[in-house]
Amino acid sequence: MKVLVAVKRVIDYNVKVRVKSDHTDVDLANVKMALNPFCEIAVEEAVRLKEAGTASEVVVVSIGPKACQEQIRTALALGADRGIQIETDTMPESLNVAKLLAKVVEAEQPQLVILGKQSIDADNNQTGQMLGALLDLPQGTFASDVKVAGDKVNVTREVDGGLQTLALNLPAIVTTDLRLNEPRYASLPNIMKAKKKPLEVKTPTDLGVELKSHTRLLNVTPPAERQAGIRVSSVDELVDKLKNEAKVLRGG
Amino acid sequence: MSEYKHPLKDTEFVLNEVVGLDDLCHESGFEEINAELASAILTEAGKFGSAVLSPLNVVGDTQGVKLTEKGVEETSGFKQAYRQFAEGGWNSLIADEAFGGQGLPNVLGTAVNEIWQSANLSFGLCPLLTQGAVEAISHHGSDELKQTWLPKMISGEWTGTMNLTEPDAGTDLAAIKTRAVPEEDHYRIIGQKIFITWGDHQMTGNIIHLVLARLPDAPAGVKGISLFVVPKFLLDENGHPGKRNDVHCVSVEHKLGIHGSPTCVMSYGDNEGAIGYLVGEPHKGLSCMFTMMNCARQAVGLQGVAIAERSYQQALAYAKERLQGTNRDGSRFSIIKFPDVRRMLMQMKSSIEAMRCVALVGAASVDRAGRAQDEATRRKALARLELLTPIVKGWCTELAQEVTYLGTQINGGMGFIEETGSAQHYRDARILTIYEGTTGIQALDLVGRKTLLNRGESLAELMTEIEQTVMALEDQATLAAQGRALRKALDAGQAARRWLLDNASSDPSAAGSVSVQFMMLFGYLCGGWLMGHSALRAQTLLGAGKGDPEYLKAKLVTAQFFSEQLLPRTQASLEAIQAGSGSIMALNEDQF
Ligand SMILES: Cc1cc2nc3c(=O)[nH]c(=O)nc-3n(C[C@H](O)[C@H](O)[C@H](O)COP(=O)(O)OP(=O)(O)OC[C@H]3O[C@@H](n4cnc5c(N)ncnc54)[C@H](O)[C@@H]3O)c2cc1C
Ligand SMILES: Cc1cc2nc3c(=O)[nH]c(=O)nc-3n(C[C@H](O)[C@H](O)[C@H](O)COP(=O)(O)OP(=O)(O)OC[C@H]3O[C@@H](n4cnc5c(N)ncnc54)[C@H](O)[C@@H]3O)c2cc1C
Repeated sequence: MKVLVAVKRVIDYNVKVRVKSDHTDVDLANVKMALNPFCEIAVEEAVRLKEAGTASEVVVVSIGPKACQEQIRTALALGADRGIQIETDTMPESLNVAKLLAKVVEAEQPQLVILGKQSIDADNNQTGQMLGALLDLPQGTFASDVKVAGDKVNVTREVDGGLQTLALNLPAIVTTDLRLNEPRYASLPNIMKAKKKPLEVKTPTDLGVELKSHTRLLNVTPPAERQAGIRVSSVDELVDKLKNEAKVLRGG
Repeated sequence: MSEYKHPLKDTEFVLNEVVGLDDLCHESGFEEINAELASAILTEAGKFGSAVLSPLNVVGDTQGVKLTEKGVEETSGFKQAYRQFAEGGWNSLIADEAFGGQGLPNVLGTAVNEIWQSANLSFGLCPLLTQGAVEAISHHGSDELKQTWLPKMISGEWTGTMNLTEPDAGTDLAAIKTRAVPEEDHYRIIGQKIFITWGDHQMTGNIIHLVLARLPDAPAGVKGISLFVVPKFLLDENGHPGKRNDVHCVSVEHKLGIHGSPTCVMSYGDNEGAIGYLVGEPHKGLSCMFTMMNCARQAVGLQGVAIAERSYQQALAYAKERLQGTNRDGSRFSIIKFPDVRRMLMQMKSSIEAMRCVALVGAASVDRAGRAQDEATRRKALARLELLTPIVKGWCTELAQEVTYLGTQINGGMGFIEETGSAQHYRDARILTIYEGTTGIQALDLVGRKTLLNRGESLAELMTEIEQTVMALEDQATLAAQGRALRKALDAGQAARRWLLDNASSDPSAAGSVSVQFMMLFGYLCGGWLMGHSALRAQTLLGAGKGDPEYLKAKLVTAQFFSEQLLPRTQASLEAIQAGSGSIMALNEDQF
């Protein structure tokens, strides 16, 4: 069985995010970029399926400028077999990504597509769902456990009330939650091997997809700075402040 | 507890702009290695160091090691971390491909090693010594020895140790007493070794000791010492660890720092004699050790860079957090605003960046000396390697004392209290000027074998190259002041060299009296040279609109600080050198 994993290049989670001075976007110049943590979990899951003998091949896809090849190489170093980069000038919005991925799925015919539930840059949480709709495939989002059984995959989902387990017919789409697994560290020999694994570059035109903008980014502002705290001298003073200054308590 | 994050940007800058990694790899036949691959490797190693090794650093310090009837039990958590380290293949980085290594350049191995040593110096010593043992067997062992021992030492399944020191033989290895008695195809080793790092532990299925000992017919002194492989467990017919060999750790030392690294008294032959196998020729043990000395000494120099970096990161975080100043409106600000705290931070930062340059340029000379395509380049690189080694070891580890001292100072009272981690870095750094040849020994090596023996030729060649950087700096309006400062330091270097050549033969105490000042002078000169070079590269990159402008501008200021605040130390050293041995040797022993 072939597994396709979509991976995204995002700002490293350790980096303190800054907004550009003209408020048009987050400032990504010269900041450390990394594989989106949820995508890393997706790669790990696919590699584990391969190690268990369930999957025969793991293909990773990333969409973006040439630099996103770095993240494809990272995924290859974690154990994926080959990579596909779809070259775009900027990071396209979710629906475009879903359309491009749908074309890759049609061409590659994987049994399982694994994506992160969201990327930590925009936190949209929609690409997997859109892909499911475009391809009319069953989807199991926010997975904390994935088990392939014959022509089905059992996906345990983290939902508000607890855990829900779905049996999906294959081919299917799964998006990963944080607790699905703990990704490994790439080993040195695998980093060395990764540079020799095949990496194919395609364009949206090759795939017959025209990129369209459906949303417009109007303005980006940083969250308000937290004010320094104060020390209160008594419980009464605290209650008073909560009522009259913070206005989070009522009554009297 | 302080966290560690690898300074990837600076390491990459030094590798690409100062060392010239791509050219080096091309010239030295590492065809498949380039900056991009180096970046991927450093990034992954950085993650592993921060997440796995760094949290265990304080555990090693507080918990230490224990000697029980099982032998030495290492700090809890180390075994699991070591397994992950070995499985990650990190032990195999620069090792020979024929025995399962990755065959990567030494300079890259050195850059990665900085991560392990910063993250956890005590842990990092174990692979560092294994590496030394692997090199000793690779260079001098028979094919059979190599086949038997190397693959599992390179994979990390077994670790290695170096057993030189004895109670009466520390610096002076001529006094070694441990005996080796021939028996069939092997030897029986009998004697005691002290201060053996990672001499015993439970992390792996075997430990391979490299031991210096004397054969029965050995001539007295250094020409009578041979090198042996002595495994903790003898191998059965399938090559698996079987019978326990007669070598045991009989006690572990209590010490100032590196508590997570067991320092063992090793007893050989309490019963029937430990079985050992000769490495290389009889009586040539010490020269075997010499061939790997450059790498081992440079590795300890690098530990100086690494512990300094760790201390800096801790101090910087503290300086940004600690509110200890009050504005007029009553609000408080952090100590990083104070000029004197800035001075300390800049001194740490510029020292570290200069040391990193010197250490990685030294490491690159190992690659060139070993693999350059043409003989002339190889010979030149070998001379440079020999010259830089005592400077990397001596200067970087001495400067690390000052940097970790400042790290503690920035913490104020909290620096003296153990909680912040700063005190541990300060204590851990202290060993670095002692093992692998004390500072005094490095300095003697620099003035003796590396300078007087070749009539100062290696130094002259180095200084011709520094002159080029001086001129390039003087050519740039904005860097001309740095050029002048470097020229002054270079003149001091020339004068010191001349003084040594002129006075060494007439006064037998001269060289030994001035040697440490001499070594420190050339350390600062090399640091200033490579920081000057860094400034030139940063300026060029900024002009071309390449790289991270914030980082590059900071590099220019850091280089300026080095030239203004640290390079002048060369003048003081020169004056001390020119004063000669007079007051140093004048008192008789009773007057002390
Ligand atoms: C924590 C730790 C780990 C160690 N690990 C190992 C190990 O794994 N394997 C191993 O074999 N050894 C190891 N050592 C031993 C270490 O290499 C020696 O301590 C070191 O070589 C110095 O020898 P010494 O202690 O006998 O000091 P000494 O040789 O007695 O030196 C004392 C002082 O005299 C000076 N001095 C000595 N001779 C001269 C000279 N000729 N000229 C000028 N000055 C001189 C020295 O510079 C020093 O300041 C370790 C030591 C420690 C503390
Ligand atoms: C073992 C020990 C025993 C002690 N005993 C006593 C005792 O008996 N009684 C007692 O009252 N106290 C005692 N102290 C406290 C000691 O006097 C303080 O630790 C010391 O005054 C430094 O203050 P701090 O620790 O708050 O450091 P900080 O004031 O936070 O200083 C941190 C760093 O910032 C720098 N800095 C701070 N302010 C400025 C400034 N204005 N300009 C420039 N640089 C600045 C400092 O030089 C230092 O490098 C003790 C401390 C220790 C560790």
